[in-house]
Amino acid sequence: MDEVPAIELQDVGFSYNGVPVLEKVNLSIGREEFLSVVGPNGGGKTTLLKIILGLLKPSTGRVRVFGAPPERNRERMGYMPQHTQFDPQFPVSVMDVVLMGNLGSRRGGPYSRRDRDEGCRVLDQVDMCGQSRNSFSSLSGGQRQRVLLARALISEPEILLLDEPTANVDVGIESKLDRILKNLKKHMTILMVTHDLGFVTHMVESVICVNRKVVVHPTSSLNGKLIHELYETDMRMVQHNRVTLRENSKREGRRRG
Amino acid sequence: MGEFLLALRNPDIAFLRYALIAGVLGSVAFGTMGTYVVTKRISYIAGAIAHSVLGGIGAGLYLQIRAGITWFTPMLGAVLAALASGVIIGLVSLYARQREDTVIGALWAIGMAVGLLFLSRVPGYVEPMSYLFGNILMISRTDLIAIAVLDGAVITLTILYYDRFLAVCFDEEYARLRGIHVSLFYLLLLCLVALTVVLMVTVVGIVMVIALLTLPAAVAGLFSRFLWKMMIFSSLLCMVFSIFGLGISYIYDLPTGSNIILVAGAVYILSVMASFLLRRRRAYT
Repeated sequence: MDEVPAIELQDVGFSYNGVPVLEKVNLSIGREEFLSVVGPNGGGKTTLLKIILGLLKPSTGRVRVFGAPPERNRERMGYMPQHTQFDPQFPVSVMDVVLMGNLGSRRGGPYSRRDRDEGCRVLDQVDMCGQSRNSFSSLSGGQRQRVLLARALISEPEILLLDEPTANVDVGIESKLDRILKNLKKHMTILMVTHDLGFVTHMVESVICVNRKVVVHPTSSLNGKLIHELYETDMRMVQHNRVTLRENSKREGRRRG
Repeated sequence: MGEFLLALRNPDIAFLRYALIAGVLGSVAFGTMGTYVVTKRISYIAGAIAHSVLGGIGAGLYLQIRAGITWFTPMLGAVLAALASGVIIGLVSLYARQREDTVIGALWAIGMAVGLLFLSRVPGYVEPMSYLFGNILMISRTDLIAIAVLDGAVITLTILYYDRFLAVCFDEEYARLRGIHVSLFYLLLLCLVALTVVLMVTVVGIVMVIALLTLPAAVAGLFSRFLWKMMIFSSLLCMVFSIFGLGISYIYDLPTGSNIILVAGAVYILSVMASFLLRRRRAYT
């Protein structure tokens, strides 16, 4: 395919106060691919997402989103941060949070009925329309995550970046999120940071392993040894019934992207 | 209270009427900007801006009286000082996050030091106490017009850019991702806070103005779930505090600023306790 890749990173490096967080990252992600990003805490997963979004400037290398610098294609990307970064006391309604996703295409002024209808449409996708008038802080962690997902979806992005959607939330969000993502992956490039290796492994084609260096593995090659290398510790692989991880599959499919 | 109402109609004590109008008009800007200050958690920035105002007032008095530049009023000096420190703190917090609190503290103290130095060189007797703790005798008709104009500006900008200010306060990062000029709106917000602070300095004083900015909003925040409701609620509370404080200070011949702040403080403490008890009761039932 000679199509421009959705996301392309060439020799990207990033250091924070002189400490390297990411080194020599080469990555090419095609359109409508679904990848999960895994790695230990502090390994640079969120940094990678923020570099793709253009929120952080890489110290070295080049980032391209649809062939252009990320700042120029921001409106084609949706981003869902972790819900724990928000002030739990901030007085804001669910609808206000969702409509924040449309800010770029607005001129200001009070929200119109059309804005609200649009908000309701995306809230419906995540089963949260009934809560649009509630305050964001009164929601549970899982509900907040779904509202943040709706905010990312309202601008109809072509790339969706999710930062640990299943961390610090109530049980049960996984099956919901699973269903939502299954629909979205048909027409979106999705990159999802996760700690839960079992979650969605059945849906993703490849796994991006981030621990200062970035390596892409096909999902089928994920096994205990690889995970041990990645996390530098033994970690129990969470296997859900639906997951089709092959413990001893060979690593011939391993590719550097 | 009847005595207070009667006094308001007495043409010989116009200053009381002016103080009341200043309090009521100022409440609109205070409630609105106070809500932003409290939710964005920048009361220390507002505090530094308020204290640096003394530098501007001192410079204004010096230039006007000593240097003979008559158009350079203390009010103009105050506005310039407030805007300057707002912009400086804003730029520092946007581009050099780690040392923000040091800069806030430095501006806070430098502003006051400059102010006192100028005041000591102004011939005649200038009472720093009036500026530090407020003096309703200083409120002029021009002040009232200035407060009304500021109200207009604050309300217009808040309605026009409600979505943007909300996004900048709630989630700066996402606002940036949606192409909003975050630094610009943050600086605009700080400048509006600076102007708001200046206008009420004559009523409650430099030292206490920060309390009138944050306490009504803090009380309103306990009981409101949305930003715009919090703004309306805290504007009303600010009005009530100002009227009560002024009334008490007139009847018992006590300093106005202190009374307004003490009324606000008492209501704040009571409502924090009330909301704590309410929450506990709800948790058990």
